[in-house]
Amino acid sequence: MRAATFVFIALVVGAIVFALSLLARNEYVLFAGFVVLQYIVLATAWNILGGYCGYVNFGTAAFFAMGAYSTVALHKLGANPGRYLAGTFAEALIPLFPLSIPVLVVIGGLVSGLVGFGMGYLTLRLRGVFFAIATLALAVVLQTLIINWDFVGGSRGAYVIRPDSIALGPVSLSYIEYLYLVMLSLAVLALCVARQIERSRLGFGFATIRDDELAAEASGVPTLRLKLIATALSGALMGMAGAPLPYYIGYVEPAAAFGLPYAVNSIAMPMIGGTTSWVGPLIGAILLGTLQQIATVTISSVVNLLIVGVLLVAFVIIAPKGIVGLLQDRWRARLQP
Amino acid sequence: MTQPLLEIKGLSKRFGGFVALDGIDLEVAPGERLGLIGPNGSGKSTLVNCICGTLQNEAGSVRFEGRTIDGLPANRRTHLGLARSFQLPRPFVSLTLIDNLRIPLIYTVAPRAGMLARTTRQMDERCMELLAMVGLDSRARRWPRDLTQVEMRKLELARAMAAEPKLLIADESMAGLSHSEVEDIIALLLRLNGQGITIILIEHIMRAVMSFSQRIAVLVSGRKIADGKRDAVVNNPEVVSAYLGQ
Repeated sequence: MRAATFVFIALVVGAIVFALSLLARNEYVLFAGFVVLQYIVLATAWNILGGYCGYVNFGTAAFFAMGAYSTVALHKLGANPGRYLAGTFAEALIPLFPLSIPVLVVIGGLVSGLVGFGMGYLTLRLRGVFFAIATLALAVVLQTLIINWDFVGGSRGAYVIRPDSIALGPVSLSYIEYLYLVMLSLAVLALCVARQIERSRLGFGFATIRDDELAAEASGVPTLRLKLIATALSGALMGMAGAPLPYYIGYVEPAAAFGLPYAVNSIAMPMIGGTTSWVGPLIGAILLGTLQQIATVTISSVVNLLIVGVLLVAFVIIAPKGIVGLLQDRWRARLQP
Repeated sequence: MTQPLLEIKGLSKRFGGFVALDGIDLEVAPGERLGLIGPNGSGKSTLVNCICGTLQNEAGSVRFEGRTIDGLPANRRTHLGLARSFQLPRPFVSLTLIDNLRIPLIYTVAPRAGMLARTTRQMDERCMELLAMVGLDSRARRWPRDLTQVEMRKLELARAMAAEPKLLIADESMAGLSHSEVEDIIALLLRLNGQGITIILIEHIMRAVMSFSQRIAVLVSGRKIADGKRDAVVNNPEVVSAYLGQ
């Protein structure tokens, strides 16, 4: 399928999902759907580095939080620009505030993309478990920096008051509908990017890094450059997913933004769905994200990580390549004489 | 005098206190077939790794086509025309055979020719040509896990060839193969050499080295102890002593 056709189909599916969600006339569907969509973006972003390149990133929460905190910082700046900005350049910037969510998403993506690029530059000579530990360390370092940055609330956190509604041309949407639409668009974007990578020369290059980095270099693949692209792209998408968070929850604090569930879920979802294809993280995120939302309202949100753990163990034993891998193996076995 | 294609001067490499290579000097002329032999642990693979950029040498220099390539990453050296096959086959397991060969075409041949990428059809044709050369064309859409050991080694050579190298280093491409399989690989390497590709063959199978090489260099304990015509080298007392003991 051509890239343009895929993008068109993804947009149509996205529009149908949005229309059906509005038809439910239940705000909880939008709240829960936002989280599932957020995990689709995070899982897809994680999979670009972890699944396609084989570099396990335990620092998803850090990239996600950088997106969220760039929104907090810009929101605070926008609430009282005269206090923080001075000079001719600053005065020229003042009319731009408050920034719209799509702009904040782009900025969050840029910030996290830069962090990803920096992390890649510093750590990509590390491999396997050493790289994974380095990403974990990055999350701890960034969390410590945020805790000590008073401008964004430090350890006490920061409040972001969102408007009740927003007018998009002639259409007026409640703010949660708007946030849901933004996250849905991000999910479509992330899936299109992942699918395009998978079928491009970049995707081939990523696959060789995952399979055998030494052989990849010997075949002329510039592995270091490709890994930098992967960390920057993966980080940027994670940051984009985090940018709307302050408007969604209204209160951001470091322990929540850098929370373990983001790191664990973004690894578990592609592992359960399958890491070699864009479909895997989508399936994993829908399956696990929906289960967690059901558990949250029927039992308690405390069992969410338990669900992840149990499913992860089950899949590692039953289908180590995830659902997509399991289906692919069966299909290949059927094709072989 | 023709400029050597590969020129190594005073190359040294240590792993902690262990001296893997100790001041190696070696020249390889364009179109030459060089056999590189030596007992296990003599530094053959380390030398290959230093030539190809997998390892960086601590002293000495490696020049390729008159250009110093010390410090260049392995992928840049492949772009210049240096290709290798590995001692243990290292296929890209998640890619089909045809896709395995597509990688050097995408990342080495196309950029070298100033193209972003060849068209898919052109690439497919070239990949099939290479797979046919090693007798794997009928299995182009299969995965490396479906191959036997000898087929894997052939794939390894075909992938190295896909990078359109000027110098091919075949690192123990025949280890563990049967008599007829060794003959197959030798015939293949001779055919490649006939196309103008310079080849360094690293091998323990003396029959293969003798029938393939025009010149033989011998490494022992990280030092080059002999370098010359086949007969002179195999009758060299130091070589005999290194292989058979005093």
